[in-house]
Amino acid sequence: MANSIQQIAAVTAMNLRSVPARLGTSMVIVVGIAGVVGVMVALFAMAEGFRSTLAGTGRADRAIVLRGGSNDELGSVVFREQAQILMDAAGVRRDADGKPLALPEIYMLTDVPKDDSPGPNNVVVRGTAADVFKLRPEARIVAGRMFQPGVREVVVGKGAAAQFPRLAVGATVDVRDGPWTIVGVFETGGDVHESELWVDQETLRLASRRNAYNSVTVQLDGDAAFQTFKDAITADPRLTLQVQREPDYYASRSKALNDLITILGYTVAVIMGIGALFGALNTMYAAVATRTVEIATLRAIGFGAAPVVLSVLIEALLLALAGSVVGGAAAYVFFNGYTVNTLNFQTFSQVAFAFRVTPGLLVQGAVWACAIGALGGLFPAVRAARLPVVEALRAA
Amino acid sequence: MKYLPLVWAALWRRKPRTIYTMLSVAVAFLLYALLTAVNQAFNAGIEVSGADRLITTGRYSITQVLPLGYLQQIRNVPGVETVTVSSWFGGVYQEEKNFFPQFPVEPETYLAIYPEILLPPEQKQAFLNTRTGCIVAKSLADRFGWKLGDKIPLQAGIWPLKDGGNTWTLDLVGIFDTADPATRSQFEMLLMRHDFFDEARQFANGYGGWYIAKVKDPAQSAQIAQAIDKLFANSPGETRTDTEKAFNQSFLKQMGDIGLIISSILGAVFFTLLFLTGNTMMQSVRERVPELAVLKTIGFSDNQVLGFVLAESALLCVVAAMVGLAIGSVLLPGIGQKLPGFSGMELTLPAFGMAVLLAFALAVVVGILPGWRAKRLDIVNALSGH
Repeated sequence: MANSIQQIAAVTAMNLRSVPARLGTSMVIVVGIAGVVGVMVALFAMAEGFRSTLAGTGRADRAIVLRGGSNDELGSVVFREQAQILMDAAGVRRDADGKPLALPEIYMLTDVPKDDSPGPNNVVVRGTAADVFKLRPEARIVAGRMFQPGVREVVVGKGAAAQFPRLAVGATVDVRDGPWTIVGVFETGGDVHESELWVDQETLRLASRRNAYNSVTVQLDGDAAFQTFKDAITADPRLTLQVQREPDYYASRSKALNDLITILGYTVAVIMGIGALFGALNTMYAAVATRTVEIATLRAIGFGAAPVVLSVLIEALLLALAGSVVGGAAAYVFFNGYTVNTLNFQTFSQVAFAFRVTPGLLVQGAVWACAIGALGGLFPAVRAARLPVVEALRAA
Repeated sequence: MKYLPLVWAALWRRKPRTIYTMLSVAVAFLLYALLTAVNQAFNAGIEVSGADRLITTGRYSITQVLPLGYLQQIRNVPGVETVTVSSWFGGVYQEEKNFFPQFPVEPETYLAIYPEILLPPEQKQAFLNTRTGCIVAKSLADRFGWKLGDKIPLQAGIWPLKDGGNTWTLDLVGIFDTADPATRSQFEMLLMRHDFFDEARQFANGYGGWYIAKVKDPAQSAQIAQAIDKLFANSPGETRTDTEKAFNQSFLKQMGDIGLIISSILGAVFFTLLFLTGNTMMQSVRERVPELAVLKTIGFSDNQVLGFVLAESALLCVVAAMVGLAIGSVLLPGIGQKLPGFSGMELTLPAFGMAVLLAFALAVVVGILPGWRAKRLDIVNALSGH
């Protein structure tokens, strides 16, 4: 046993020392696999960035109430009397004055052009309360100040401000019934709210001539409160509303786009992987061919078939791993934190998000690379082991 | 041309290597065929948009509602031939992932404005006669196994019924197709009647989502659009009117730069391919140095030898590219049928032409270095070196 390990080490070391001499051919594996891993990791980083932006929104101890049957806030209607009833329901936490910690909100879209193109973008306008921070403590103003109740003022999310340069403090933005003044920028820890514009709810209601809310978000009073609250809402015949934990709701809004990018990512990775596999086969067959005499000599002086097979496999795997490191590093350097915005077609609104190259994705890339390397090395390795010793030596 | 057998023989000198290289190239062109088709499907909306159609939406967002009275007012604008109204229904069939668009429309005017929609006359008549009727694209009917006469239940994502109910049951009275299969994805939708929709819904009665006007002279579009917007300026329901093309373009732009993502992927694919085929050609020439020297000895000129190598490279790339494109064009229609919203995907002629150009460009880039080496080969040294 120890002997064969020694043999493997010796043959592998010999192979690897000859890699620089065959740099051109060896690069085929490295570059081919770097391409596959780079593209795959970049695409999945996009899906992951989008998913985590939505999934990271909201807290488990808060619930969002929408009209039963509506899939998102935009399509939901909660009438004022319904909102009043549900805010008084069991399970909602109350503040020191006994008032329920709940926030009825209006949710609509407004067209914001990008500076470089005249086309509109569906940006969310959330009609909320000036003391929204009581319910969403993760929100804070990072520039300027909060809007004042009763005034046509806007605070913009950090993500929206970054994607739309015209949304700067001091500028105006068309919300409804003319331009409103931007007075501040807020952040909420990188979640989807940062792609929104927040305004005073009553002011928005008047400007848009609306009478109903889109959603109500409530602070639950303890762990068991979700069920209590949900039961209270479901049991009330006056309400045709649905209750979801905030993270569940927001996570569900990323599914369609996430699935689409993931399917695209896997399709491209599989097809590119097949291409890289043929490249690897070429390289390793060539590697074996140039070493025919060496391998035959080794076999003649008593080396077994297994060390020869393994040494070729190990070489292929190491080259594949080098490729995955190059590809993963390139994806990380070029794309990690790269921020884009897109239309989330499940909410029909713009979401800004950053690509996230996670360790898990890099590992996935390495696994993919090793699979290609192992397959690409296997057949040439078997050929090497089956080499008829005498003929190979005679040919030299 | 008479040297083709010679080049062909040289190409297959080492069969496995040539086959593996060709398969890699074929796979890259397969990916090219698939991804360009996806990109085209996204852009199909811009291609089909007629220059004679204008879309009027709320000034601040397409999600605003506008009074139904606008229908008559827009119709009276000089230069407007027909107007129709449409809304976003946003219903769910069985589950959310079955998504497809549903539009309540005014049937007669809508079908007049969109002659692309091919609906048998008796089915059109049934649509006009049935208040709860709906018509669907053939691709949708195939996907869900719907037949004429079926009742289609939709859960209201936005519009509950007057009585508070949430299930709209529509009668399937027509199944339409499009004249050009490539535009199928653009019309993969369900149409229902706006009058029934407006009457049956719980709120926003008397409003519509947006208006589509057909103008008599496309050259007048810009002025007519302005005239429409001027009509509603300073009213509670201000409008924004654009040509359908501009509207579709800006909508597509909202998704982000899909074209850029796809060309980045293809860029990475072809960059790696460059290494792979380049390496194969290098090896192939390196091994054949004595043979090339013999060719020169028996009288072939330096440039002819260069030509042989380039021809070999071109043969390798183009044959393999054809294989990849052929597989792609066979697979595409099937994939399009499975992917909601992508029916009618195909390898178009321009995309094919571009692929052939790409294959030749690849051949030149990977063939030129080894070819140059072959051209500069000195007979005496090349023969004595081996």
